[in-house]
Amino acid sequence: MPLTTRLRAALLAGTVALAGAAPRAAWADEQYFPLQSYRVGPYAAGGTGFFGGFIDYLNLINVRDGGVNGVKLTWSEGETQYEVERGVEVYERLKSRPGIAAWNPLSVGIAYAMIDRVTADKVPLITINHGRTDSTDGRVFPYVFPLLLNPYSETSGIIQYLGTRAGGLDKLKGKTVAVLYHGSPYGKETIPIYARLAERYGFTVAQIEVPHPGNEQQSQWLTIRRLRPDFVVLRGWGVMNPVALKTAQKTGFPADRIVGNVWSNSEEDVIPAGDAAKGYVAITTQASGTAYPVIQEVVGRVYAAGNGNLADRKRIGSVYHNLGVLNGILNVEALRIAQARFGQRTLSGDEVRWGFEHLRLDEARVAALGAKGLFHSINVTCANHEGEGRVTFQQWDGAKWTVVSDWIAPDWASLRPIIEASATAYAKERGITPRDCAAEEAAAAAR
Amino acid sequence: MDALPRAAPRRRPSAGTLGLGALLVLAYGIVPLTGTSYVFEALLTPFLALALAGLGLNLLTGYAGLLSLGSAAFMAVGAYAAFNLSLRLPGLTLPVSLLLAGFVAALAGLVAGLPALRLRGFYLAVSTLALQFFVAWALNRIGWISNDSPSGVVTAPRLVVAGLSFDDPRGRYLVTLTVVTLLTFVAWRLVTSPTGRNLVAIRDNETAARLVGVRVARTKLLAFAASSFVIGIAGALWAFAYLRTVEPAGFNLDRSFQILFIVIIGGLGTLRGAFLGAGFIVVLPLLLSRLGAALLGDGFDSGTLEMVQRVVLGALIVAVLIREPAGLAALLDRAGRRLGRRAA
Repeated sequence: MPLTTRLRAALLAGTVALAGAAPRAAWADEQYFPLQSYRVGPYAAGGTGFFGGFIDYLNLINVRDGGVNGVKLTWSEGETQYEVERGVEVYERLKSRPGIAAWNPLSVGIAYAMIDRVTADKVPLITINHGRTDSTDGRVFPYVFPLLLNPYSETSGIIQYLGTRAGGLDKLKGKTVAVLYHGSPYGKETIPIYARLAERYGFTVAQIEVPHPGNEQQSQWLTIRRLRPDFVVLRGWGVMNPVALKTAQKTGFPADRIVGNVWSNSEEDVIPAGDAAKGYVAITTQASGTAYPVIQEVVGRVYAAGNGNLADRKRIGSVYHNLGVLNGILNVEALRIAQARFGQRTLSGDEVRWGFEHLRLDEARVAALGAKGLFHSINVTCANHEGEGRVTFQQWDGAKWTVVSDWIAPDWASLRPIIEASATAYAKERGITPRDCAAEEAAAAAR
Repeated sequence: MDALPRAAPRRRPSAGTLGLGALLVLAYGIVPLTGTSYVFEALLTPFLALALAGLGLNLLTGYAGLLSLGSAAFMAVGAYAAFNLSLRLPGLTLPVSLLLAGFVAALAGLVAGLPALRLRGFYLAVSTLALQFFVAWALNRIGWISNDSPSGVVTAPRLVVAGLSFDDPRGRYLVTLTVVTLLTFVAWRLVTSPTGRNLVAIRDNETAARLVGVRVARTKLLAFAASSFVIGIAGALWAFAYLRTVEPAGFNLDRSFQILFIVIIGGLGTLRGAFLGAGFIVVLPLLLSRLGAALLGDGFDSGTLEMVQRVVLGALIVAVLIREPAGLAALLDRAGRRLGRRAA
């Protein structure tokens, strides 16, 4: 039976490959990034852009500086298709590699499944711009870092911006904001925080659900037309975004009064909507375009040598690509900071965690990194794993995004008690004793 | 559908029992001592959980001939029921909450089975599809189910049985293996009992079954309840022992199809089929992916690799089903007979 013979041979070869994947010999001076990327499936546009930018930056550091203080950066990818169980499989497959710096899945579902695992394995988990809101509380989630932005501060940032559009936060009183959200846990996550902010600033909020995938929104936009809101916040995902913009145009709602959230802010969200997207505004933590020195260096040093990761060079400087580059900057700087304390060598996951917890990049340092204007600053501490990321707003002109606001600071102080309450409840449920950050710092300083 | 008589050799226990015994010794004795965390966490635990789900669906589709596209919904019901039971009734031990979760899923199965009294074939499949969408809608809409977690994703409780923690890769594997072994035994008892023969009778000819005195409505509902009981526990294992998180998106229609394919490729109407099918659908893609990575190196574009893998897997499925439409279980049987003849 030739087929079964062949099948058996294939199985055997697979088993051999499995056995041969035992940890490789560690080189003294390498730091490894396991990448749970997604280049296939419905979210491939985001995955190729983000992981492309991340790899481009790691490449740049290797080519330009010879690594971080001589420690070479390495990486390898495992395809997840944005599916949780594939993400877990890739985690289990790559976690035994030596010198792992941090995990960067860019997927809420995969990140949730990894929280217990990275905590047991003592390796940082970076969920830039997304992830579990209460993991901002580093006392309860020592290894999880929702850098720059979590869903709550994103919402606060959007309301702050709407305040500037209205002429001051006090002018929001009496206004109506409609939130068009994706019918999923992700979409619903910010409903309570909108309600809270509406109460505080005296505006009315109307939450309107769009069932997944959202390719038909006629009735939702008729509701919006009846409500006559001052602004519509688009909390969308995938195909829902261009459809929302097109339907808004059909029902006569002006695009410049629609404000997109962080998953509705990419080129892939607006280009399919064509003209309907002109004037649309969206929040971002990192500006788009190639004008920044660090992006120029990526083009000049990495792409010019033919080592660029994006298949389409036109996507350099796009929202997801720049987010990937920014993610690279944050990871590399955390390594640098940790190396300054622990030595210029391959660091353990726990040492890198210390680096992330002292990741302070002020505006001067950001400028020195060639990223002035790309992002504002970050200040991560043991207790605050988000790091006070500022947000800005960009407007689509039909061909590119242009920044139309200052760097806006969300109202972190008013969000902190909600986050702490949620984290404390989690700690109680799981039997975790929150860390004493002040004591840890004092102990570290005394050593 | 003629695979059944060949695949259930009840009267000749010798070779089968020996093989089963060897398998159990391997699974309990040798694998836990030699396996790595990757083997437990990424290969065996999901394999066992999905094989159990396939086993449950096989009771319904393979034995009773009732087509269902709602398997993922039953898994979700089981997973969220187990989560809520262990959250809200802290006194419950893990086996009890798993068992109760199975009963909750069985209840859902009974409701989903009501249309089966009137509908058959693809029409029934469509009505189970309604359940699939209803469960997804309810999970998204009713915050209580996910303990009002803002994102709808909940973290599974720790695995503790009788004060012993099974919260390491090996422990989770052993818990899964034990549950799967017990339920497989129960399923085997069921399909070899008169009730099991009634299921097959209904599948093969409902009118004839009714004429010889099979209580068709009762048996169909029983098939739905038993099947969703098993699938519900599989869902709880999938969430608790494998992913350690429960999210609605993980129990979508794709998962239902995956389980249906496990049953079809493995072999309808056989208990082994679910395990063979799960091996094919869960483990083989991982082996292919590791093989590809080993052959091409880390630098190769993972997207292209994934596409190649899909093509290879698709071709394999077509090849197997052309060779043996009754699935891998029948293929194995034939290979076994051929070997036996050669030896004699």
